[in-house]
Amino acid sequence: MLPEPETLAAAPPAPAEMATPETVLAVEHVVKSFGDNHVLQDFSLALHRGENVVVLGKSGSGKSVLIKCVIGLLVPDAGSITVLGQDVTQLDHAAMDQLRARVGFLFQSNALYDSMTVRDNLLFPLRRHWLAHRRAEEDTLVQQALEDVGLGHTADMMPAELSGGMRKRVALARTLILRPDILLYDEPTTGLDPVTSREISHLIREVQQKYGTAALIISHDMSCVRLTADRVALLVDGRCYAEGTYAQLQALPDPRIHEFFA
Amino acid sequence: MLEQPILTEAGGMAHFAGRFFREGFRPRYEVGEWLYQCYVIGYQSLPLVGVTGFIMGMVLTLQSRPTMAQFGAESWIPAMVGLTIIREMGPIITALIFAGKIGSSIGAELGSMRVTEQIDAMEVSGTNPFKYLVVTRVLATTLMLPVLTLLADAIALFASFVGLNMRGVTTLALYTNNVLSRLAFGDVLPAFIKTFFFGFAVGLIGCYKGYYSDKGTEGVGQAANSAVVVSSLVIFVLDLLAVQITGLLGLN
Repeated sequence: MLPEPETLAAAPPAPAEMATPETVLAVEHVVKSFGDNHVLQDFSLALHRGENVVVLGKSGSGKSVLIKCVIGLLVPDAGSITVLGQDVTQLDHAAMDQLRARVGFLFQSNALYDSMTVRDNLLFPLRRHWLAHRRAEEDTLVQQALEDVGLGHTADMMPAELSGGMRKRVALARTLILRPDILLYDEPTTGLDPVTSREISHLIREVQQKYGTAALIISHDMSCVRLTADRVALLVDGRCYAEGTYAQLQALPDPRIHEFFA
Repeated sequence: MLEQPILTEAGGMAHFAGRFFREGFRPRYEVGEWLYQCYVIGYQSLPLVGVTGFIMGMVLTLQSRPTMAQFGAESWIPAMVGLTIIREMGPIITALIFAGKIGSSIGAELGSMRVTEQIDAMEVSGTNPFKYLVVTRVLATTLMLPVLTLLADAIALFASFVGLNMRGVTTLALYTNNVLSRLAFGDVLPAFIKTFFFGFAVGLIGCYKGYYSDKGTEGVGQAANSAVVVSSLVIFVLDLLAVQITGLLGLN
């Protein structure tokens, strides 16, 4: 029998400047199966405004399934997912599109449109949501987003001309250009060398501090977890097995938790 | 064992076509992307279709000439070649070339976008990828293939004129008069109308194969390959149906 998450860790720390943090994302009792493969079983988690929460789990434990359920790419079999006050399982397509303008998603594979320049990649979501009405306004927003990730000079380059780390940064810039309230990162450091991986982790922190966005980060890279997490939720056997700060979880003697920090 | 995947595939395509009609005519309209696809699918296919049409017209003329000459029927060559090209060879050869070029390109492009999560990225950007990618391409292939076929027919007829003048002398006015005098609306119209269906089939099958591609890069190759194979086969089936229908209408 799995222990209750609350018994393993103390209450999560609230961001310093907020006394009663607003919950921007609530995953409640979510179940998702693919045939006989029960990926998520009664998974629950809350994300507060301005907070970085990392969902930590082994490969194939259902982390990416969770984040795709949050953004509406997959539909959970049971449970509810409330994003910015709206239950995504109940929204129609148009309402979901409106909501997605406020939620950025950084794909593990970056998912840059390889037939477009970096500038057009960034303009794509901007134009879909009619957020800039003049060419000059668009240029300013694109330049600002690229400078935020330290790639101000790459606007006219094609994604194929960029390194893995640069592509990750451009993908992040593409999510930032809509100024989302929540950012979802799917394995942001996978496939990167340790130095670039650290740079991306620091960038995630900088984005949080600069824009006050909440972030749900899916990762199994412990260096990334340590650098980015305000709170860590451990996904084991489809459930939130433990929850707490990095230091709190690291100090726990439970072998199923300890194996991640060893 | 064999029937089930074929029926599943046919059902999947029918459902995909149903979704095209459900979503394709509701706003928001992706006019910019549709025009771009018309340019890529139509304009950029013109050189290939033009060369194919030219060779088709010339070969048909050069090969039929000796036989026709044996019967003293050389003067019938323009009418015969004209009817052959307009009614059958022009639409079918252009559609097959189009399936090879455009069907494979759409299958590979969408397949690659699927496996690299670009289609998912489009969806989370608040864009309906079906409308943006599928509806625009299917509409572009449906409208561009008839245009390309008309151009290929014209080029093939001109090539036939050139072929005739390689072994003899015929004026363009006489040649044109000979071709047009034997053509009726019943020859031209059904042949033109069926190209809309050919174009629709090429676009729909290419998009279907690419949109539901999986298994990584192997799946992309399979999507491109099967888009060409299936759409070529469907073109022949549609052509057979068109012949039956025109026969029933008394136009054959």
